[in-house]
Amino acid sequence: MAKIMMCGNEVIGEAAVHAGCSFYAGYPITPQNELTQYMSSRMTESGGTFIQAESELAAINMVFGAAAAGARAMTSSSSPGISLKQEGISYLAACQLPAVIVNMMRGGPGLGNIAPSQADYFQATRGGGHGDYRTIVLAPSAVEEAWHLTHLAFDLADEYRNPVLILGDGILGQMMEPIEVVRKHLHGRIASHDPRNKPWALTGCKGRKPNVIRSLYLGEGELEELNRLLQMKYSKVKSKEVRFESLYTEDSDLVVVAYGTTSRIVRSAISKARQERLHVGMLRPVTLWPFPEAELQKLAKKTKAFLVVEMSAGQMIDDVKLSVLGKKPIHFYGRAGGGIPTEEAIVDIIRDILKARSRKKVRV
Amino acid sequence: MKKIFERPKSLRDVPTHYCAGCGHSLAHRLICEVIDELGIREDTIAVCPVGCAVIAYDYWDFDCSEAAHGRTPCVATGIKRVHPDKIVFSYQGDGDLAAIGTAEIIHTANRGENITVIFINNGVYGMTNGQMAPTTMIGQRTSTTPLGRDVLRDGHPLKITELLAQLPGSKYVERVSVDTPANIIKAKAAIKKAFKNQIDKKGFSLVEVLSPCPTYWGLSPKDACLRISGEMTKEYPLGVIKDI
Repeated sequence: MAKIMMCGNEVIGEAAVHAGCSFYAGYPITPQNELTQYMSSRMTESGGTFIQAESELAAINMVFGAAAAGARAMTSSSSPGISLKQEGISYLAACQLPAVIVNMMRGGPGLGNIAPSQADYFQATRGGGHGDYRTIVLAPSAVEEAWHLTHLAFDLADEYRNPVLILGDGILGQMMEPIEVVRKHLHGRIASHDPRNKPWALTGCKGRKPNVIRSLYLGEGELEELNRLLQMKYSKVKSKEVRFESLYTEDSDLVVVAYGTTSRIVRSAISKARQERLHVGMLRPVTLWPFPEAELQKLAKKTKAFLVVEMSAGQMIDDVKLSVLGKKPIHFYGRAGGGIPTEEAIVDIIRDILKARSRKKVRV
Repeated sequence: MKKIFERPKSLRDVPTHYCAGCGHSLAHRLICEVIDELGIREDTIAVCPVGCAVIAYDYWDFDCSEAAHGRTPCVATGIKRVHPDKIVFSYQGDGDLAAIGTAEIIHTANRGENITVIFINNGVYGMTNGQMAPTTMIGQRTSTTPLGRDVLRDGHPLKITELLAQLPGSKYVERVSVDTPANIIKAKAAIKKAFKNQIDKKGFSLVEVLSPCPTYWGLSPKDACLRISGEMTKEYPLGVIKDI
């Protein structure tokens, strides 16, 4: 099959359809509009449901209903809209409903701007709404990877009955790249999106006891028990679902940690730095939650230092610190508010760190 | 001997948490009688609100979902679009439907979703201590209008049902009351019609039920019922508002 040019937003939409998504609700916001627009025609063609909701709140709660009814359901937005969806995401997590939520991050806080950003890392990886819960967070760095991770997102959502976030940014969403659209599942997992595989779903109580989807637990100890079960599930996710990519980490004196679009700039910077015989590598978390803690701990024994590069004022760096636990110095280079790190700046910093000219020359 | 009155099969035989004289129990029962009579218990999916009726799923013996406050019609929309042949209804109070969920109910009605909405109007937030609701009467004392609802400070009672009737997407809108046996019979007929409309795929149907809240009206159950006919129906007249 020939490769075609598609932007990240469209590819996620197409991948969702291929993964069996039959319900999409969204609300316009830049830079994810291509996804909503794509789904408006694609869901109709594929026999699914598309609703342009009156708000992000409405969209996530429609997804809640569709998920409760047993469908594979998705919504998408960008940062300010994702803030509005947090109420619904908390309810999805509490009710243990599978759903896929796409966040094509833009500059913040507030209305911010429409430039790419990674400033929603905290929100994405710490639950985001109220209560003790986690969402699985997948961070594609390229259009083709967005295709694979969208399939994975639906599989993981169903397997763990938990909301899954696809965390991209304005660049990933809008950049066109060649992709071979393969019309089949690319993962070995059993597709459980058939409503018949969801005995908990609301389908009418014919031949069984009524099902109830709820998160209110008023009885003594009931809510504590739900939380215990959720935490057990999250432990399982942490032990089984960590994904990352390593680049030259075996012989690196410096490991750069970056995800998503930023990791591509870092990749170019590393190949430049390698030409200067600088021993630098990269760890790219693909799952931001669960975070590749163990791999970082392993690398902390081998490498001399870490550099975290983000399109934020420094958020993922907290997880790197929690993994490395002070064993090695951690440097940071970030651009907040829609700024994009340049390859040259990253190479400069790599050179500075490795040549120990000035370990303090780290810009935020 | 012929049995002429019994508990509806859709209503569980469990103690109620509702206060004495509360209208929710009556509305719950009427819905269950209608579901039994239409033979749709196994096809029905309810969406319960945040508010006093939050645990309606403990009483109703059919599939139920919770919803975040005011998002009830969105959840119902999601379920109905996935299962267009199931009977989906939302049960909402006046805080849920007329305050925090105003946008949601307007757009659900405007899309003409083929669902049934049972809207319980008792003019207060019963779950949280009887605060002012959008539907609270002018001059009515509540825990947040200790001197009575003041138009200049608090605005006017919101006739959201009349507002929803304006929308082309709504097909059947009626206001009923559960204050007297005669009105309860009428309320049941309206609820039945709202469900039957959905079965017949006619579109969005809503029944507003004026419902007594003796606890937060500071009245006996009997006086609370008398207040409905004496005061509430002046602001919220009973009857069919729209039927097309």
